[in-house]
Amino acid sequence: MLEIKNLHVDLEEEDKTILKGVDLSVEAGKVHAIMGPNGSGKSTLSYVLSGRDGYTVTEGSATLDGQDLLDMETEERAAAGLFLAFQYPVEIPGVGNMTFLRTAVNAQRKARGQDEISASDFLKLVREKAKSLEIDADMLKRPVNVGFSGGEKKRNEILQMAVLEPKMCILDETDSGLDVDAMKLVAGGVNALRDAGRGFLVITHYQRLLDHIVPDVVHIMSEGRIIKSGGPDLALEVEKNGYADLKAEVA
Amino acid sequence: MAAAPQAKADTAMQIDTLRLPGGGAWITTAREEALARLRATGLPQRRDEYWKFTRPDSLTQAEAPRAALFEDAGEPEMFGGVDRLRLVFVDGVFDAEASDDPAMAGLRIERLSDVAGQDLHWARDLYGTLEARGQTPVARPLAALTALATDGVLIHVTGKAARPVNLIYHHRSETSDAALHHVIRLDAGAELTVLENGPAAARFNKVMEVDVADEARFHHVRVQGRDHERRAATHIFARLGRESAFKSFTMTANGVMTRNECVIEFTGDDASAHVAGAAMGDGDFHGDDTVFITHDAERCESRQVFKKVLRNGATGVFQGKILVKPGAQKTDGYQISQALLLDDDSQFLAKPELEIYADDVACSHGSTSGAIDEDALYYLRSRGVPKPIATDLLVLSFLAEAVEEIAEESLRDEITARIASWLERRRG
Repeated sequence: MLEIKNLHVDLEEEDKTILKGVDLSVEAGKVHAIMGPNGSGKSTLSYVLSGRDGYTVTEGSATLDGQDLLDMETEERAAAGLFLAFQYPVEIPGVGNMTFLRTAVNAQRKARGQDEISASDFLKLVREKAKSLEIDADMLKRPVNVGFSGGEKKRNEILQMAVLEPKMCILDETDSGLDVDAMKLVAGGVNALRDAGRGFLVITHYQRLLDHIVPDVVHIMSEGRIIKSGGPDLALEVEKNGYADLKAEVA
Repeated sequence: MAAAPQAKADTAMQIDTLRLPGGGAWITTAREEALARLRATGLPQRRDEYWKFTRPDSLTQAEAPRAALFEDAGEPEMFGGVDRLRLVFVDGVFDAEASDDPAMAGLRIERLSDVAGQDLHWARDLYGTLEARGQTPVARPLAALTALATDGVLIHVTGKAARPVNLIYHHRSETSDAALHHVIRLDAGAELTVLENGPAAARFNKVMEVDVADEARFHHVRVQGRDHERRAATHIFARLGRESAFKSFTMTANGVMTRNECVIEFTGDDASAHVAGAAMGDGDFHGDDTVFITHDAERCESRQVFKKVLRNGATGVFQGKILVKPGAQKTDGYQISQALLLDDDSQFLAKPELEIYADDVACSHGSTSGAIDEDALYYLRSRGVPKPIATDLLVLSFLAEAVEEIAEESLRDEITARIASWLERRRG
C-alpha cells in the first residue's frame, strides 16, 4: 500500500539533510510502528508524506497504491486516502468542528468524483463515530481544537480519521501528552478502524502506546534511516535497553 | 502627490458658499452652529493628524466622483429573515412608498424634513449637540457638514422597541452626493436595534447621533456592501448614561473610500460600549475605522475589535483611541486591531492610542498585521480541503472575533454567511 524507497529529504531553510535513505513498505491490513530517539527524522517522514512545505526530496520515492505521493498537493494526498494525525493539532478559532469536518469530507468526495454527503447522513455518521470516542455534542459544535485539552485534541484527530475513512493512516506521536485513560480511548478508536483494507504507520517515542495498538512490525529509526525492523518484541527491547545499545549494535 | 494649494482650493467645497436648508427656529440654530464649527475647523486636509492615512480629497471636492451603479446578482435581501421595520432612502432621500409604516410600539419615528419646519421639537436638545461634543479634542469637519442634510430620521425610543429598525440605503444615480443626519434618543431603560445596509449614493456623508439614557440599550449592526465605487464618510456620536449598553458592529466589503468614525462618551457610571468591525478589501479598496472613546465616568467598559482582510493592494486603516479622564476610575478599556494581508501589496496602517488621567484603570491595546498561518493552512489541506477553500476558512476564522461581537445569534449567522459568499465569489 505505502511504498517508500530510498527517501532522502533536506530541510529547506537550514540546508540540512534529515532523511538519508528510508525504505519502508506498509501492507494493507497491517500496523507498522516507527520508534526512535528525538531528532531521528520520524516526524519529518510524516510531514514529507503528507506534503508539508519546507522540505525538499532529493532522492527516492513514496507511493500510495502505486500513485506518486510526492507529486501531489497536500489535499490531493488526503483525497487519495492518506491521513496524518498530528502531534500538535492546530486550533482554528471561529470555524466550527462540524463545519470543518463536513468541508473536508465533501472536498474529498468531490475530488474523487462522488456526490456531496447529505446533511442528515453526515450528522448521523459523525454522531456514531463521536460516541465511541466520548466526544459530545458540545465538542462538535466548538471551534476546531479551541480550548480542547490535550486528550480532546487527540480524540478529535481520531474522529476526523474515522469520519474521513482513509486507506493509509499515519499517527505522529499521538500518545504525547495523554494520560493512560485518554491513551486507551484513542487506541480504542484506532483499533476500531483496523481492517484488511487499511494500513497504519504509528510513530511513537515510547513503547507504551504499542501495548494498546499492537503493531505487526516495529521499525527503529535513527539519524534518518531505519536501522532495524522486527516484531512487537523489538519495541519491548528498546524500552528495556534504550536506543543507544541498538545504535551501537548496528554501527 | 498633493495638489498645489491653489488647485486644491479650486476643487474643494467652498464653505462660504454653502447654503443651509430652510427650517424652524430650532433646526436653523443647530445648523448655523454646525456651519460655524465647520468654518472654524475648515475641511479636512491631508496634513491633519487624523487624515494622514486617508486622503480626504475625494470626500471634500466640490463634485462627488462618479460611481457606477452596482447590480447584485439576485442575492437574498440583507436582513431579509429579520422581522424589522424598513425605512428606505434612495440617494439620500427618504422613500415613503418603499418604506414600512413607521408606527411601532415603544418608539416614535419622524422624518427630519417633516419636523424641521416646526419651531420646537424634542430633538432640539440633541440635534448637532453630540456631534459638537465630539469635535474636541479632534475635529470632525465632515460631521459638521451634515448640517446641510435635509433628510434623516429622528427616533425617540421610550420603551422596548418591538422590532429592529432597518435603514436601507439605495444608490440609483451615478453622481449622487447624499447627506443624512439621524438622531436617536433612548429614554431610560429603553431598547432598540438599528440595522443599516446599502451603498446610499455615489458619495455619502452621514451622521448618527445616539443618546443612550440610563439603563438603556442600543444595538447597531451595519453592512456596507458590495458597491465598490461608492464613497462614504460616516460618523456615530454616542453619549452613554449610567448602566447603559452600546454595541455597534460594521461589516465593510468593497468600497474605494470608506471612513467610519465612532465617537463615544461615557457620562454615567457602569456603562459598556463595544465597537467592532470586519472589513474585506480587494484591489483599490480603502477602509478606515476611526474610533474615539472617552471615559468620563467610573467603572465603564469599552471594547474595540477591528479586523481587516486585505488583498491585491487594498488598504486598511485603524485609528483608535481610549481617553480616560481624571476620576474615571475602574475603567476597563480594550482595543485590538488586526489585519490579515493576503499578499505583499496590501497594507494596514494603524494608530492605537491610550491617554489616561486616572490611576486605577485597566486598559490594553494591540495591533498586528500578518499573513495566513501556514501551519493552519497545512492542517486544513491535510484533511483534503483545497488551498483556496482552506484560505477562506482561515479568513472566516480571522474575522470571527469581530463578528462574535454581534449579540444576536441570527444576525451573527447572517453576517458570517455574507462574508462566506463574498469569499466564495472571489474564488471564482
